[in-house]
Amino acid sequence: MTEGSVVLSVRGLSVRFLMPGRRTVAAVTDAHFDVAVGECLTLIGESGCGKSVLASALLGLLPGNAQTTGEARLGDLDLLAVDERTLAGTVRGRRIGLIPQSPAAHLTAVRTIRSHLEETVAALTGTRGRAALRSAAEEAAERAAFPGDHLDRYPYELSGGLAQRAATALALIGDAPLLLADEPTTGLDRDLVDHTVDALRHHVDTSGRALLVITHDLSAAARIADRVAVMYAGRIVELAEATAFFGSQGPRHPYSRGLLQALPDRAFIPIPGMPPELGALPEGCAFATRCGRTTDACAALPRMMNAVACHHPYVPEGTRA
Amino acid sequence: MLELRDITAGYARNAPVVRNASLTVAPGEAVGLLGPSGCGKSTLARVAALLHRPDSGTLLLDGEPVRRWRHRAPRELRTAFGVVFQQPRLSADPRLPLADLIAEPLRATGEGKAAAERLAALTTTVGLTPDLLSRRPHEVSDGQLQRACLARALALRPRWLVCDEMTAMLDASTTAALVAAVEHYRRSTGAGLLAVGHDHVLIHRWCDRTVHWKAPSS
Repeated sequence: MTEGSVVLSVRGLSVRFLMPGRRTVAAVTDAHFDVAVGECLTLIGESGCGKSVLASALLGLLPGNAQTTGEARLGDLDLLAVDERTLAGTVRGRRIGLIPQSPAAHLTAVRTIRSHLEETVAALTGTRGRAALRSAAEEAAERAAFPGDHLDRYPYELSGGLAQRAATALALIGDAPLLLADEPTTGLDRDLVDHTVDALRHHVDTSGRALLVITHDLSAAARIADRVAVMYAGRIVELAEATAFFGSQGPRHPYSRGLLQALPDRAFIPIPGMPPELGALPEGCAFATRCGRTTDACAALPRMMNAVACHHPYVPEGTRA
Repeated sequence: MLELRDITAGYARNAPVVRNASLTVAPGEAVGLLGPSGCGKSTLARVAALLHRPDSGTLLLDGEPVRRWRHRAPRELRTAFGVVFQQPRLSADPRLPLADLIAEPLRATGEGKAAAERLAALTTTVGLTPDLLSRRPHEVSDGQLQRACLARALALRPRWLVCDEMTAMLDASTTAALVAAVEHYRRSTGAGLLAVGHDHVLIHRWCDRTVHWKAPSS
């Protein structure tokens, strides 16, 4: 595959959870985005805005009361339409590698990292024979810079950073064209966040994969992203180039601006109020009650225009004071 | 004045996590404690909040040494401290609705009658809405639960606040909101603060003075 060819194409993806008493929770609504080879798309937003549900939908890991509509194309395959057998046999690990949120909880507590790696190598690459498995597992560890002398340790004996590398090593084994990292840096300290993020970026740059990172850590996003998708109350409200988004031009949606202004190295001012409940979303713009630019127009749902869903977006220019 | 003098503390006698540490926090002062993960800063924060008995060293509260330690210090001293931990999910009883969670310190110290009134003031301070108060922890987001945990820490009007990685799990906007709530409380009461974290930018922005902590050289 060449640079720029689309790996994952999501069109109109929506997820509804059916709750007792005929209530529905609109976790994701009408998401559109692409991820291309050699590119990192970062999905950012407050906790509880539907980011992780979107990731689970792509892997077919949603619970039974979820209904998905729309399309998510991975090559010739529609991830939302295929059955569990196909997902388990050809997609998870093989075409999408998952880097989980809390690696220490994701790994099996009673088995060593070597045993994890050998099992995964055997399942995904068909390597057979003890010696071959052993060397393949060591190779896999090396690719994620996991130190060889820690291979015989159990997950609880690893620090957060090493557990993260072990999980990354597992995700890389299947040579999946798409890597999906769901909050890969939560709970790690700043140096480790930088290290983890740089390592992920390195895998994208050197092996021509596509990377979808889901995070609420804006400084990590600024470090890794080529493009940014901002999610609010289940909808993607802005898609932007990372350089413009984090640079002098700044984001265009008032919510994205608010998020950046809340950073301690910027204004450190929170967005007033709290995000709406996904079970009781307003008719119009979901951000209107927290927004400083609200007018009567905001009672109607804003459509995605020029990659921003807002009636009163900030004008993209560098001249505004 | 909260003074920690020459504190050595840990979980096994022969392997202390913190060695010979000293730290002071003046009333109304905000002190930040920075360090990498695993350096013992959370242990020191637990000692400072009187939740963990140090192996050696003295802890002075307004010049008086803290005595009669059992596993932790006596209750009448501990109630002068409000503590917020890193993971709200682990520090909230999953069976308690948020209203009871926040009022628990009041009930535990025999001030249950004042709970309703205090609850209203606390929820406004931390920015929770009344409809959330009847929910249990699994029905709210991490950010909302941490707001409730902060309200619980403020319930007894502590003179000292210890925030151990309070915002590590939270997004930027919730972080700014919680820090603003802590600062609002400190401005109105003159409480001292010990904020533990690994985010240099945040701690420098938040605190008057920061202490850099290195990993023990054992």
